[in-house]
Amino acid sequence: MWLSDRTLDHLRAVADEPDLSGTRYQLAEPVGRGGMGRVYRARDTGLDRDVALKILHTTEAGEADRLIAEAKILARLEHPGIVPVHDAGTLPDGRVFCAMKLVRGTRLDALARDTADLPERLRIFQRICETVAFAHAHGVLHRDLKPQNIMVGSFGEVLVLDWGIASQITRTAIGPDTVSPATDAEPTARGARIGTPGWMAPEQEQGRTASITERTDVFGLGAILRELVETAPRVQGAKPPARLRAIIERATAAQPADRYRDVPTLADDVGRFLAGVAVSAYREPFVERTTRLARKYRTPILLVLTYLAMRVLFIVIADA
Amino acid sequence: MPHSSTSPFGPSGAFPDTRFSVVRATGSDDPQLREDAWGTLIQSYWKPVYKYIRIKWRADEEDAQDLTQEFFARALDADFFRRFDPARARFRTYLRVCVHGFVANEFKAASRKKRGGEYRMLSLDFDGAERELRSTGVASDVDADEFFRQESIRALFGDAVAELRATLEQAGKHAHMTVFERYDLAEADAGSRPTYQQLADEMDLPVTQITNYLAYARRELRRIVLERLRQISGTEHEFRLEAIDLLGVDPSDVAF
Repeated sequence: MWLSDRTLDHLRAVADEPDLSGTRYQLAEPVGRGGMGRVYRARDTGLDRDVALKILHTTEAGEADRLIAEAKILARLEHPGIVPVHDAGTLPDGRVFCAMKLVRGTRLDALARDTADLPERLRIFQRICETVAFAHAHGVLHRDLKPQNIMVGSFGEVLVLDWGIASQITRTAIGPDTVSPATDAEPTARGARIGTPGWMAPEQEQGRTASITERTDVFGLGAILRELVETAPRVQGAKPPARLRAIIERATAAQPADRYRDVPTLADDVGRFLAGVAVSAYREPFVERTTRLARKYRTPILLVLTYLAMRVLFIVIADA
Repeated sequence: MPHSSTSPFGPSGAFPDTRFSVVRATGSDDPQLREDAWGTLIQSYWKPVYKYIRIKWRADEEDAQDLTQEFFARALDADFFRRFDPARARFRTYLRVCVHGFVANEFKAASRKKRGGEYRMLSLDFDGAERELRSTGVASDVDADEFFRQESIRALFGDAVAELRATLEQAGKHAHMTVFERYDLAEADAGSRPTYQQLADEMDLPVTQITNYLAYARRELRRIVLERLRQISGTEHEFRLEAIDLLGVDPSDVAF
């Protein structure tokens, strides 16, 4: 049977469409896709609301386990920065799905192209840190942090997406900083390398899974911070502030031990930079410190100087 | 409700395993198996090969018919496909390269007229293939590999739709096929696909039945396409890559 190009394209599309017969979802439109599958906008007819349906395009056992694991992780993490999961299961055609809240917003990489203001970028970054720190506090590592996985809503709310390769962390008795991913109950360990090249920490790139800790996510956050800072408009030829560069360098250090020990410490340094106070990642030279303090306390310094000048003037006038 | 099982394969697996790679079976010691494998391979690929020779080599109809017949006959005699190395290329690419080399040699030897249709042994609908070529309207600067790929996909889906029709009719599911034809085939070109409600009114069925019939037919089509694809792929790995390609997912786009 001969099929025209148009019919062929249509058949290829519908053959890939998830079979939602017998479920409470009605397919609306595809809204995103990735290496593992697609995301559709769908109507939840039971609750009369739109949802995002994440559906795997293959039925590889490992991939399916990962999606289910992601759903379980997300179901545990109730935070404004993490998309809630409503449902998960297997469709009649054998593919695994996950129904999540439909979020609307702009991806961080797109937002970075439009938002000029560096302080605003840094405040968004702090909100990303809050979400990741929350996950860490609940024993979950993201392991694939990058601007494409961050969504910023119209009211500035930040959502950290794609927890598909997230893993459980287990604290050991060695010390507060020694956390490691749970071993291979984790469904994400399909191979040595997981994550996105260019955003992965060295230990992740080299497949040293035993070395993957909270500091691995600190590296990912540092890479995001670098992207936000380097793409911010500034006077031509000018470098980003040294204190900010030092924060990025510490966060993205090759050796995990040289990085911030956790996400709150990194967020705190960014907050200190925003507040104009000294940051832990940078030892300021005297002149630079004086200049920063002069800039930070410009108004009180001016008031004091004005007061002193007036006193001097009064004394001079009185003497005269 | 969705199935509660988290098994991605469902009861039998969505990547079917009822058919094996006929590429490997062309080298089988079992003569019956080998013959069946060759039959399937020729059935799946003769049209893309014929059209490729017509378009890429600008061969006239008669030459292209002879060359297509001869290519498969020689491939059978010389056991071409035993040399296929899945580590180097997908089978479709290997096949196209074989055709390319074969036709180039034939033209170089300028032996077309001498052969005089020596290898006319296969019953192939060349007139039908010609009509399809005219309907497709191929650009003169078309990329040869892409053209061969598109024609292979067209042949695969065309055969799958024919098998779907036979399967549904045999099972007495005539209404399923009617809904599929009306919604997914007949009106697709006109861009004026009927709504589910229109189809429901025409067929005197509830809308939910229309969507269920359509979902069933599409699920069957997907199953048949994947089964056939597995047959004509060189390896399991190639099959999975082809399945992802074919169903429109770009693995390089990583953002969900």
